[in-house]
Amino acid sequence: MKHVQTLNGASLKNSVKHGGCGECQTSCQSACKTSCTVANQKCEKAN
Amino acid sequence: MIHKYKQLGLNIVMDIYSGAVHVTDDVMFDMLDYISEPFEPEDKCPEKIKTAMSDRYSEAETEESYAEICSLYKNGQLFSRDVYEPIAKHWNKQSVVKALCLHVAHDCNLRCEYCFAGTGEFHGDRGLMSVETGKKAIDFVVNASGNRHNIEIDYFGGEPLMNFEAVKEITEYAKEQGRLHNKNFRFTLTTNGVLLNDEISKYLNENMSNVVLSLDGTKETNDRVRRRVDGSGSYDSIVPKFQKIAESRNQDNYYVRGTFTAFNKDFAKDVIHLADLGFKQTSVEPVVAPESEPYALKPEHVDKICREYDKLTDEYIKRYNEGRGFNFFHFMVDLDQGPCAIKRLSGCGAGHEYLAVAANGDIYPCHQFVGNHDFLMGNVNEGVIDENIKNEFERSNVYTKEKCADCFSKFYCSGGCSANAYNFNKDINKPYELACEFQKKRLECAIAIEAYKRLNKN
Repeated sequence: MKHVQTLNGASLKNSVKHGGCGECQTSCQSACKTSCTVANQKCEKAN
Repeated sequence: MIHKYKQLGLNIVMDIYSGAVHVTDDVMFDMLDYISEPFEPEDKCPEKIKTAMSDRYSEAETEESYAEICSLYKNGQLFSRDVYEPIAKHWNKQSVVKALCLHVAHDCNLRCEYCFAGTGEFHGDRGLMSVETGKKAIDFVVNASGNRHNIEIDYFGGEPLMNFEAVKEITEYAKEQGRLHNKNFRFTLTTNGVLLNDEISKYLNENMSNVVLSLDGTKETNDRVRRRVDGSGSYDSIVPKFQKIAESRNQDNYYVRGTFTAFNKDFAKDVIHLADLGFKQTSVEPVVAPESEPYALKPEHVDKICREYDKLTDEYIKRYNEGRGFNFFHFMVDLDQGPCAIKRLSGCGAGHEYLAVAANGDIYPCHQFVGNHDFLMGNVNEGVIDENIKNEFERSNVYTKEKCADCFSKFYCSGGCSANAYNFNKDINKPYELACEFQKKRLECAIAIEAYKRLNKN
């Protein structure tokens, strides 16, 4: 494409199918403790 | 739903329901202003759009750009529809407890002015958690975690190193129980560093998958609020210890973590100071406090704070380009393999997957609720928790929060912190709006940084 570069796939929708295993880290256990930050968490199934 | 903005010289377009992120040229970026949702692709660029853009772009450019928008739409990467609402409508999350925040010390050797724990005592009596209570907490989580393999234990306070012998005993007990019950325990400890020494550091390095080191920034910033009982500052004694433990962990699996307040709204300099001290893993967060407090952040501070995030973004990229980059917790976002949609809908898990245990064994939805008796869920001695409170938290998700409906950040913050929502609006489903403003700004910065890095890889 000439006018756009897409940086990633539409992975969020696909994750509905395999998601929800709950093995991932809870958000507040890393560093936040006062603000809910979810998108920087890793999926346990990734790699 | 899409969200578009400019940062770091890039035209960024986020497609909220697919999670796709695009960097566009000016033609497409401007064209998106003329397209409303729900998008219905047409064979040719509608005349209305061509006319509106004819003063800036040629007909060939607009036709080409429109065709690419249609192509993205067909691939489900632009103007994609909400497929999550039906999931939320039939939300029946059968949670198990998988993480505990253990308040091993309701006491502290610092008297930080902004402490949400009331300088350690959590609005109750000062006291330490007994080893027996700690072990009961481990038994509780082993029983309550069902088939979950990974369990997290966060030693918190107060200052957990004031009760380090108990930390060690509880950790060893948990490891033993993990072996017996096929559970993988991961430990984290948050410390102000006052009692940190080589022996303790060695134990932490051998046993804790993460350590959180509390430091606010420059000496002036830190010592203004993070003071000892005698009023003296903590910076000089803790910084060398933090530098040493960070190095001994190979600059990974730790965070040096600070809080910024109305006293240092120019907090970008504090984050940069932490980077200058050699720390590669940093997190500095806005204080959460009622407006009556002199250090509280208020709506009139939002513009200044947002400009600081911009300033930090520019410096972050500058250092990245110079080969001396560092991580800032709130600028980290994984565009490919981040959390699944279910996690993004439900958020941090407080009250159902994640619970806090007070020094006396009382169970609360999270560390921020400890001491609030309306949210007392039980005690580890009984081993059962209040199902009504659990259900209230379990049911809460992005779609139970009306204010989140039109927000581009909703799948990145899951509607924000329940404790903040409750403390400000008396309802875990009514997000704390000041935090929302900061969250949205941070997300824009984070995505711009990630986009910049991907486009400048070679």
